Amino acid sequence: MPINILMPALSPTMEKGNLAKWLKREGDTVKAGDVIAEIETDKATMEVEAVDEGTIAKIVVPEGTADVPVNDVIAVLAAEGEDAKATAEGVGQSPKKPEPKAEAKREPAKSEPKAEAKPEAKVEPKAEAPAERPVASQKTEPSANSGSNRVFASPLARRMAKDAGIDIGRIEGSGPHGRIIARDVEAAKSGKGLKAEAAPATAGAAPSAAAATTAPASAMTDQQVLSLFEEGSYELVPHDGMRRTIAQRLQASTQTIPHFYLTMDCDIGRLLSAREEINASAPKDREGKPAFKLSVNDFVVKAMAVALQRIPDANVSWTEGGMLKHRHSDIGVAVALPGGLITPIIRQAEGKGLSTISNEMRDLATRARSRKLKPQEYQGGTSAVSNLGMYGIKDFTAVINPPHATILAVGAGEERAVVRDGKIVVANVMSVTLSCDHRAVDGALGAELLGAFKALIENPLMMVV
Amino acid sequence: MADTNFDIIIIGSGPGGYVTAIRAAQLGFKTAIVERSFVGGICSNWGCIPTKALLRSAEIYHYMQHAKDYGLSADNVSFDPAAVVKRSRGVANRMNTGVGFLMKKNKVSVIWGEANIGAPGKISVKASQTPAPKDALGPGSYQAKHIIVATGARPRALPGLEPDKKLVWTYFEAMNPDKMPKSLLVVGSGAIGIEFASFYRTMGADVTVVEVLPQILPVEDAEIAGAARKAFEKQGIKILTGAKVAKLDKKSDSVTATIDDGSGKTQTLTVDRVISAVGVVGNIEGIGLEKLGVKTERGTIAIDGHCKTNVPGIYAIGDVAGPPMLAHKAEHEGVICVEAIKGLDPHPMDKSLIPGCTYCHPQIASVGLTEQAAKDKKLDIRVGRFPFIGNGKAVALGDDQGLVKVIFEKATGRLLGAHLVGPEVTELIQGFVVAMNLETTEEELMHTIFPHPTLSETMKEAVLDAYGRVLNM
Repeated sequence: MPINILMPALSPTMEKGNLAKWLKREGDTVKAGDVIAEIETDKATMEVEAVDEGTIAKIVVPEGTADVPVNDVIAVLAAEGEDAKATAEGVGQSPKKPEPKAEAKREPAKSEPKAEAKPEAKVEPKAEAPAERPVASQKTEPSANSGSNRVFASPLARRMAKDAGIDIGRIEGSGPHGRIIARDVEAAKSGKGLKAEAAPATAGAAPSAAAATTAPASAMTDQQVLSLFEEGSYELVPHDGMRRTIAQRLQASTQTIPHFYLTMDCDIGRLLSAREEINASAPKDREGKPAFKLSVNDFVVKAMAVALQRIPDANVSWTEGGMLKHRHSDIGVAVALPGGLITPIIRQAEGKGLSTISNEMRDLATRARSRKLKPQEYQGGTSAVSNLGMYGIKDFTAVINPPHATILAVGAGEERAVVRDGKIVVANVMSVTLSCDHRAVDGALGAELLGAFKALIENPLMMVV
Repeated sequence: MADTNFDIIIIGSGPGGYVTAIRAAQLGFKTAIVERSFVGGICSNWGCIPTKALLRSAEIYHYMQHAKDYGLSADNVSFDPAAVVKRSRGVANRMNTGVGFLMKKNKVSVIWGEANIGAPGKISVKASQTPAPKDALGPGSYQAKHIIVATGARPRALPGLEPDKKLVWTYFEAMNPDKMPKSLLVVGSGAIGIEFASFYRTMGADVTVVEVLPQILPVEDAEIAGAARKAFEKQGIKILTGAKVAKLDKKSDSVTATIDDGSGKTQTLTVDRVISAVGVVGNIEGIGLEKLGVKTERGTIAIDGHCKTNVPGIYAIGDVAGPPMLAHKAEHEGVICVEAIKGLDPHPMDKSLIPGCTYCHPQIASVGLTEQAAKDKKLDIRVGRFPFIGNGKAVALGDDQGLVKVIFEKATGRLLGAHLVGPEVTELIQGFVVAMNLETTEEELMHTIFPHPTLSETMKEAVLDAYGRVLNM
């Protein structure tokens, strides 16, 4: 009986390899242990030894063939006493079609409606074996599932992924034929085996533009990103939990929350002088240390808190079940940390004095930097403030941190030429941009909130009444 | 001169060894298997299979005695012990011949004798006392890149309770009795002890079971073991738990046992025969493991999830590689072992998915965590139960004792364990084993249609019960 020589798996993860060289020709006799061919993987070149003895009846896969799937017939061996020629004829045709392995591979672009599936969507998200090189990804396989988005996963894995808030399509499966099983979800929870996020649904909303451009960077698999850079030209730093949380939450925010932005300039001349006066009159302890030192940001926090009380319809959170209208203004303040950021919350800031807010903020920021905040100190909140003024940023837009419906992006207070009563004068101006969740806060409502903020920040005395 | 060079040599042709050999041959390895006494090992010859033959005779005998319950009459029901044993041996022989045929069919060479691993890759085989079957290779030196130890286990001998094969039996003698004992003491209430207790009780012997632990069938769920105990006691089996056999006084054709009930009180019991079923120990001696430095733990060989020992080229599977000592566990380890050698990257063994079956009456079958084990792991669980008295088929069969119990993890709906006692449950358990392997949750099980009328409906009802939705109770 002729013996099929199969493409061997040279490592547990190998799915295909290149047939680099044949060391035997058709008609050659081989003994068990003879090296008959060289196989190249992404990692190494390895020799293939004959397991049986006989005559090479036919070489099915010629030298230099790339990406030969593991277990494909690469040659046929006629056993002793068999007619090598007859054997060769018997196997002339293509031996074994590559299995429609593709069905095990998932297309992350699952949020895209089927009708809008772009041709390139079929090609790009194929999370192929690590062996895949850029060239290979260009090959369009007539994959069995190119039209379907079915993800093969065990019921338990599906439920665990849902509970953990992980998109099942992003998990690498280790079960039979790449099926996602419970332990893959366990691994994904700690960030292992997670593929890039699915292409956002908005990609499909702009038909022509989306079709013309390549997929957004986030839709690239790790493998695709790595393939664009030469090995050794970078260092791969593993993500920590904070990085992952930021990535997940803010990506989810921009993908699920319809943002819009409102910008206003605020004259903070009075605020600056008031601040100076108040700080100068701060009681001092025996060592001459003042009891408080207010920052501009402390005023911003207080003004935002009071503004939200004045426009209570904007102090809300969107839920599917209904609008959460908050009674208090709990203001999150973004604090930059090495490698990330966190937003500790000043609770019920509307009722707190500026010095209380200031001291509380200083304490929270210090403990945030040493990563000693308790979850209840940074979870929740009704709105937030992000201030990049100290970096000289004039204005910017911030990403809403759910469950908030708004976030205020605060730029630098600077002297600008403004027109007042027909004359150009110098004023201290600070630009602020309010990001709003349009599901909860409409344009006019957002404008009212920002107007209330402006009135307070320009007349800080109003904050105390 | 026969070829002495192989890719894989397996030592031991029990259910683990011979299945490993077939899988290795399927994967294209040149394979040989070394056996010293019985092709097919204990399982086919002295274990699983012949005991099932004995228990079948007992079962039919039981039905004949109770023919009236079914509207039938059978008078003067009796049995011929020699014929019962003869049938059992016939079944064993048929299995044994079958394994020999499978070796031939898969071109696995059988080497006859006692194997010793001199060095990784080298095995020397000495002649054994059992005559070799024809076509087997004989003593000599053999080489193989991979050596898989599948030497199995043997009955444990406790001091003072050493089997003498005449009055104090192991399963070997219990399976091939010279005469039916009128009274019997079974020491140990694991699967082997309980199966023999059940067999001999049905055949009319006075049977006493002594178990040192507080529960019979110690690996089973306490509730299931409790239900089984009740059923056994109803049949007339005396059960002493938390008790120990302190002393055996042997007479010419009887034994007087002194039994310590755990609190220091003793009683004596005179019986015709004693069966020592206090577990089995791995056959790790005499094969050269010590010299090679192969690591052992508690009398078995230490292996990783792919059955590798600490010495490259030496592998171990089955009973000799640790508990649970079950044929199906051995078979699966063998398959994993050679597939890993081939580089196929099989999933490592998950011991939480190995089912266990005891073929007494009523039968017992289980897989996964017991309720206690789940609680010990601090898992938040949901437990469902369904008794066979609520199942039409069981009532029609006239065999409606027992229950099905399932344990789910509350948060995920993961099926953590299933425990059954009752009619044919050894055939039912596989439904839960498949479900667990496919990682189904309660939802899929509830959506699965179970045929009516079958015993299997109790499985679905137990699942429904765990979620407060039981129908027929």
